[in-house]
Amino acid sequence: MKGEHRTSNERASVGFSLRRLKALCWKETLQIFRDPSSNLIAFVLPLVLIFVFGYGINLDTPVLRIGLLNEASGTEADGFAKALQGTPSMEIRHYEDRKSLETDITHSQIRGFVIIPEDFSRLMKQQSDTAPLQVVADGSEPNTAQFVGAYINGVWQTWMMQRAQDRGEELKREFSLEARYWYNPSANSRNFLIPGSITVIMTVIGALLTSLVVAREWERGTMEALLASPITRTEFLLSKIIPYYILGMVSLAMCVAAARFIMGVPFRGGPPALFVTGSFFLLSVLGIGLAISTATKNQFNAAQAALNAAFLPAMMLSGFIYEISSMPAFLRGVTHLIPARYFVSSIQTIFQVGSPWKVLMPDILFLMGSAAFFLGLTARLTKRRME
Amino acid sequence: MPDAATGEVVIRFEGVTKTFKGMESPALESVTGEMRTGVITGLVGPDGAGKTTLLRLIAGLMEPDSGKIETLGYDPIVNAGAIRGEVGYMPQKFGLYEDLTVMENLTLQADLRHVTGKEREESFERLLTFTDLKRFTGRFAGKLSGGMKQKLGLACALLGKPKLLLLDEPGVGVDPISRRELWGMVEDLVNQGIGVVWSTAYLDEAELCGTTVVLNEGKLLFTGTPREIAEPLVGRCLQLREPGEKKRRLLTKALSRPEVSDGTIQGHSLRLTFRKGCERFDPKEIGAADGAEWVEVKPRFEDAFIDLLGGGPSGESVLAAHTHQIDQDGATVIEATHLTKQFGDFKATDDVTFQVTRGEIYGLLGPNGAGKSTTFKMMCGLLVPTGGTAKVVGLDLRHSGSQARQKLGYMAQKFSLYGNLSVMENLEFFSGIYGLTGKRQREKTTEMAEIFHLKPFLNAKTDSLSLGYKQRLALACSVMHEPDILFLDEPTSGVDPVTRREFWTHINGLVERGVTVMVTTHFMDEAEYCDRIGLVFRGQLIANGTPDELKESVATQENPDPTMEDAFIELVTGKEEPK
Repeated sequence: MKGEHRTSNERASVGFSLRRLKALCWKETLQIFRDPSSNLIAFVLPLVLIFVFGYGINLDTPVLRIGLLNEASGTEADGFAKALQGTPSMEIRHYEDRKSLETDITHSQIRGFVIIPEDFSRLMKQQSDTAPLQVVADGSEPNTAQFVGAYINGVWQTWMMQRAQDRGEELKREFSLEARYWYNPSANSRNFLIPGSITVIMTVIGALLTSLVVAREWERGTMEALLASPITRTEFLLSKIIPYYILGMVSLAMCVAAARFIMGVPFRGGPPALFVTGSFFLLSVLGIGLAISTATKNQFNAAQAALNAAFLPAMMLSGFIYEISSMPAFLRGVTHLIPARYFVSSIQTIFQVGSPWKVLMPDILFLMGSAAFFLGLTARLTKRRME
Repeated sequence: MPDAATGEVVIRFEGVTKTFKGMESPALESVTGEMRTGVITGLVGPDGAGKTTLLRLIAGLMEPDSGKIETLGYDPIVNAGAIRGEVGYMPQKFGLYEDLTVMENLTLQADLRHVTGKEREESFERLLTFTDLKRFTGRFAGKLSGGMKQKLGLACALLGKPKLLLLDEPGVGVDPISRRELWGMVEDLVNQGIGVVWSTAYLDEAELCGTTVVLNEGKLLFTGTPREIAEPLVGRCLQLREPGEKKRRLLTKALSRPEVSDGTIQGHSLRLTFRKGCERFDPKEIGAADGAEWVEVKPRFEDAFIDLLGGGPSGESVLAAHTHQIDQDGATVIEATHLTKQFGDFKATDDVTFQVTRGEIYGLLGPNGAGKSTTFKMMCGLLVPTGGTAKVVGLDLRHSGSQARQKLGYMAQKFSLYGNLSVMENLEFFSGIYGLTGKRQREKTTEMAEIFHLKPFLNAKTDSLSLGYKQRLALACSVMHEPDILFLDEPTSGVDPVTRREFWTHINGLVERGVTVMVTTHFMDEAEYCDRIGLVFRGQLIANGTPDELKESVATQENPDPTMEDAFIELVTGKEEPK
């Protein structure tokens, strides 16, 4: 009897044990599904994010509501008014007096207005330098004001050329521009925003969720019980990586499916490229999250640190929304240290171009390196004792 | 039960020192001793004494700065693997996963220790029967009561049949009944030959241990059996029965006599410890009533502990001397009527009714989680009752909050001081929010610093103070505006017995001045200071009366002189029987 229990104890304290690892992973999985905050981060937040990024953010030029007051009477003025109305990027509202124009622009009902003056036809005939039109834009939103100016100017130019042609006069312009966008022919911002947003979602699952899990064990006093049990450091670390890796990859697959089939973003690359880049990126952010969690031992601090160290850089510095080439040199340098940057560039390539391994290789190599670095750091920070 | 000296030595430690970064004094300072099988070894001391550190060193969870430790014959750092297989360790808060069920917790621990197959079936059967948790295997650990968590923690620690069991404060957060049950279980284990170390801050718990290792501020104070520690006090502990009405004033007088080293109030009686070789004096000399008589009582662990530290504090409260006298008008100043608080489908406070008259100490007594704090917070207007009313000086705190609060002093659980402000800044802040300004504020803060011996620390960060000093500062902050009514929520939790004595000296002094005090505590013996107490259990007020009344109500032939804890257990089990 005595001998028997001795052997069972000896068996328990031998190095790596698959049984212990399985038990720890199963515990972790149960906790993910049962803990309300884990649930929120793992399942609700990614859905919210993909819909916010998919439908909420749009970098395409908007349709502007413009007021129009036509004080002139005559075919020329009517012709120009019709040209304005025929532009798909503007919604024209007609006004009868200047006062209501002013009221509506101060209440942001319209973004700008055009007044065709009484003497429009006379001014046109004179061909003087003074513009025969008055254009006012709401300068409180400078970007929109720029658009208003540019749109109306564009309509004006086209209308003038059309008018000259009709009269048989010589064309002033000798060429015209026709844009053609490669890889994203419709130049739809959603097609690159959604793949980019998957990066942010993976960062949330990888870093924010895992930043809480080791800290939670310390806070709730369960770490002490684990340390007093025969588990090894490797078992502990793997039990914190494997379940979250699987969760993150499932989430990646779901996001890609949602992008492809619900939002209609073209997916030209192959699953292998997605799997390889996704895996290394996920391991990098898991490493960041776990390193933070292990170092802070406090859930609140860990969440704060994860937001600052992983989530915000993934949003701001990955090139997903803000173009890296337009950043100041210093920040451009910083972006090279951010794993999200490499994943944004490769996932956008995979979605829009395909799987050109040669192009993806530098990104993959960097992501491999950062995964090794952050996981190695976590392993260094993880102590088998309480100090 | 085998004698302490005959068991097998399972732990030996010699000259063990451990210092933590940022702490002025070491957590443990050259501590030496041994622990054996055959008895429960109590590792005794107030919070911050170094109990947990010593247990962690024994379990190999930390490395000592210097000194030698041997656990089951192994060096706990070098042979960590061997120790983990043979030592069962139950940390504070029991180390359970609250979002796993009882069965899932057990299965996890069994897998971690490679308890499999038939051995596992047998262990589960044995442990679940032993801990009486069979009915609850599907329940989440977080939904268990303190007592059941404690049993599950024990079951987990016992998987893999350890030879040594280390229990870190298993009695905290657990009601007295569960505590007694656990004690019985652990005694069973000791009889099976397992070595058991039970750490505790409760000195009444220490009294039950087979042998003890007593720590204070990182230093070894004593090792030996509770009988040995109390030995020098035999004949020196006396109770003065029927001393008359003014028991608090009598205690002050008694403590000022040179013969007396320590004293407390016990219901209607005084309990005094005499200095070595001193004779008892005539009770009339301190103004006791005619019928007063001395009765020799058995010295307790706490008496011995205080004696080892050189006796208790003097009975004079400087704080009381600086407080204005409040007229004794016999009015009801605190009143709860059918007070109920419901959180979801859980009634934290269930139809509680009581009154407190001016100049009384009223205590709410009960284990953690019984509903004391909820009731308490409704009384001082921090929680809105679901039903019933809570009135203080005739005002409903829900409607006339700030007016009533000016008359209240409130000392929160865990003290709620600003840890990163200095002591002076805390004093200034709390006097400020109660409307003290200018010269009066300066006078009052200096006065408090003097009364509570805070002068050397005025510029120190509050976080760096010891628990005892934090408690003093918290009391200072709550009485600066000289409130008529003082609310104290677990004011002495974890604090060493000498500081506790000092604390009660101040409270007694204030009450003499006419201040009304309402206090919650889970220290059964502390209830003896109260004029009247309400026993709270599972949200209900199960008994209400003077300490002596409650104790007498459960006196039997076998137990003619029950303790407060006996009374509590008796009253609770009496309550449970009908169902």
